[in-house]
Amino acid sequence: MERRTRILRSLGILATIGVIYVTLVFLAPDQYYQLMLTLVAVWAVMGISWNTLSGYSGLISFGHAAFFGLGAYTVVLLQVHWGITPWIGIPLAGCVGALAGLLIGLPSFRLRGHYFALAMLAYPLALLYIFEWLGYNEVAIPMERTNPVAYMQFGDMRIYALLAFVLLSLAVIVGVLIESSRFGLSLLAIKQNELAAEAAGIRTLRWKLYAISTSGAIAGVIGGFYAVILLVVTPPTVFGMLTSAQALIVTLFGGISTVWGPVLGAAILIPLSETLHAELGNVLPGIQGVVFGVAIVLVILLAPEGLIWKLRDFAMRGRETDVEDRLSAADVADPGPLPDRPHALTGPVLLQVENLSKSFGGLQAVQDVSFDVPEGSVIGIIGPNGAGKTTLFNLLNGFQAPDRGRVVFDGEDLVGLRPSGICARGIGRTFQVARPFRRLTILRNVLVGAYVSAETDEIALQHAREAIALVGLEGHEDRIASGLTSMEQRLMELARALASKPKMLFLDEILAGLGQTEVNRMIHVIRAISDNGTTILIIEHTMQAMLRLADRFVVLDHGALLASGPPAEVVKDPEVIEAYLGKRWRDRA
Amino acid sequence: MILSENFLQALAAGLMVGCLYGLMCTGLGMIFGIMRVINFAQGDLMMLGMYSTWYMFAGFGFLAFLGTYAGPIAGALLTGPLLFVVGYYMHKFLIVHVTGLRTSDSEGEGHYAQLILTLGIALILQNGGLILFGSEPTSIRTPMSSSAWVIGPLWGDFVEVFINQARAVGAIVSIGVAVALFFFVTRTRLGKALQASADNAEAAIYMGINVDRAHHIAFGIGTGVTAIAGGLVAFYYPFQPYVGIEFVIVMYAGVVLGGFGSIIGAFWGGMIIGLVQQMSTLILPIQLQNTAIFVVFLLVIFLRPQGLFGRNVERV
Repeated sequence: MERRTRILRSLGILATIGVIYVTLVFLAPDQYYQLMLTLVAVWAVMGISWNTLSGYSGLISFGHAAFFGLGAYTVVLLQVHWGITPWIGIPLAGCVGALAGLLIGLPSFRLRGHYFALAMLAYPLALLYIFEWLGYNEVAIPMERTNPVAYMQFGDMRIYALLAFVLLSLAVIVGVLIESSRFGLSLLAIKQNELAAEAAGIRTLRWKLYAISTSGAIAGVIGGFYAVILLVVTPPTVFGMLTSAQALIVTLFGGISTVWGPVLGAAILIPLSETLHAELGNVLPGIQGVVFGVAIVLVILLAPEGLIWKLRDFAMRGRETDVEDRLSAADVADPGPLPDRPHALTGPVLLQVENLSKSFGGLQAVQDVSFDVPEGSVIGIIGPNGAGKTTLFNLLNGFQAPDRGRVVFDGEDLVGLRPSGICARGIGRTFQVARPFRRLTILRNVLVGAYVSAETDEIALQHAREAIALVGLEGHEDRIASGLTSMEQRLMELARALASKPKMLFLDEILAGLGQTEVNRMIHVIRAISDNGTTILIIEHTMQAMLRLADRFVVLDHGALLASGPPAEVVKDPEVIEAYLGKRWRDRA
Repeated sequence: MILSENFLQALAAGLMVGCLYGLMCTGLGMIFGIMRVINFAQGDLMMLGMYSTWYMFAGFGFLAFLGTYAGPIAGALLTGPLLFVVGYYMHKFLIVHVTGLRTSDSEGEGHYAQLILTLGIALILQNGGLILFGSEPTSIRTPMSSSAWVIGPLWGDFVEVFINQARAVGAIVSIGVAVALFFFVTRTRLGKALQASADNAEAAIYMGINVDRAHHIAFGIGTGVTAIAGGLVAFYYPFQPYVGIEFVIVMYAGVVLGGFGSIIGAFWGGMIIGLVQQMSTLILPIQLQNTAIFVVFLLVIFLRPQGLFGRNVERV
């Protein structure tokens, strides 16, 4: 069970780190070093919180101090005003953080890219001024002399260090669970291409809201714990820019989108900056900030994904080449002309396109196009450049709305549905430009597609393996996508579309840019998919390969249907020859 | 009467502060609006401008002989070329790795790298500033900081509006610098080359423009102009090494509000932010002045969904 081994392996790593950490805590000569270890754990947790939102989903947040600060103030104010112990206050701080995440996420997720980052920057700064205005400039946790343990007050710093490690373990477990579930894969899909994720049936807004509230909860908890260690909370220490920046920097430095990245980043950067601060702090007061600044500048220039990935690339170097391609000669042999499949065109109509039209301004991109796709057939949409093929495709899969006409699939009109809705009804698609998740294995890439239709993780895994076998990538499941050839990436993408068990598959120029043997291989694969019972609609502008693939051609020119029929007839049609080659060739034909 | 006096007072302050913010935004407008580079360190470069002005006039004091009016003004203006050099080399050695043609195929990725790289630069400048300059708030103390011109009495004898001299002088110089920059960019050959390179680097290469150099220069000018604005703000505003973060939001709000790709637009955007900030004191407690800016900033970016880089229809 792939998932279980991942989780077990992570727990093993966590246990090892735990042993080292506890040993260091007891070896530490004084409180100062014990505090430093505590801070390593605190900032590792904060990094995991940042990673949960920004690392996986790619929405860079400059405002994690908002959650951290709200958590810290929750704990302090609860104790000051109502005498509520941090043992209760810290979990409540998590709830406050989650709620804040939801409230911030709902409006902010309308923004993309750097606008999201800039908006996130504004929240903690606004909170900073509001807390100053409310008069919470310096709030101290009252000392509880009668029953300190009930108020999380210990004379021994080592207990705080151990508590911090407990919190770190919880955060790591949450992170590992996210990483190995459809939650994490959905977020990665959003990071790669939000539009494509939506088209693959992923409900993007819902996952992003889950991510920001989980992230907010983790940051709230650790902010609350930080308040307990610090004893005094001021707006600049918890809402300040450096808090947000440190969360981001330990993660990016260690490694983005992996739970161990923030742990490694914090383990290196926190002791470094704390030591420099202790040694040189009175001469060079801002030395900590400079260390973090230099660290992040170096990371962006030298290892933009962080240390862990750089090390991993280094360790993996040369290993990729041993993967032999076990392609037999039959896989790449010329598949020959398409065998006659009269039954392919006599099935019931699965997709019916009626009078579909779309214009952009004065340009009639698609006008009055109608055709039927019988179940089990392979239909090729061809036409010269600018014939309206891509627009037609976008109308069919919901990226654009037609001006007129209907698209009936399996008895249901698809016009007006979102891409994710169309996908959920059983239409898969590939994209012209392959967009693999570079850092993930083939299996996990394909799993993203499998989650759409699968109820449980086991079924998803099974669907993914079947799809990989169908496209001929069996035995390559554990290879990392970035090491694949463009042909393999395209096959992988095909598998991703197949893993959702679609009734029908749209293929967008899947042969473009492939060499002769690769085209042959792809044709074998597509025929196998068709024999498996999936109905296929292909867009292509090279006619040569399509002759060996399609049962029927639909030829477009200037947005209108020019001809349709069996390939052998269509290629002899004088009007088709004219559209492709010009008038002169029509006379010679 | 009291109400209208407060209103006029806030309006006057808003217009003057608005001119200064406008100039700041013009500098960022060169970098973010035209070149589409996200520079998070813009506020900290401005902080350097404040200190450089202070050092020239008070710290080292070699401009002190010019007197308490011309001296600080000369300091602020000389800060421009100084920070131009800083910006030029910062772009040449650092920013260039995450901008321009190198990242044109990964639009989103490029912006993330810029955000994070310049965040690092910002941290270095802030904390390096703390090491060099100390944490004590500094200000450029001159008689003009504390004296005012009085307009009025208006409407009989009741209404008088006080115009702080430091702000008024800063506003006038700001307008002058902004106008000069506008003519430089739109009328001179170099200015046009900069605009062309920033707008479409690939096309500019084919026109025979040294695009890399043009980008360094444009970044340098953007830095220098914002630094001048910083020097002028320092006439009336006490500052410390962390002052930049307060102004980064002001600047981005202004540039986004003013619309991309237009230097004039950025100036007006900054003006509106200045007015909002000062007018907000009529209804909000003074500590929440900056919160008002953040609210405006959030409203601005929410009401422009997608932003300008996000294309509405992505080819998929």
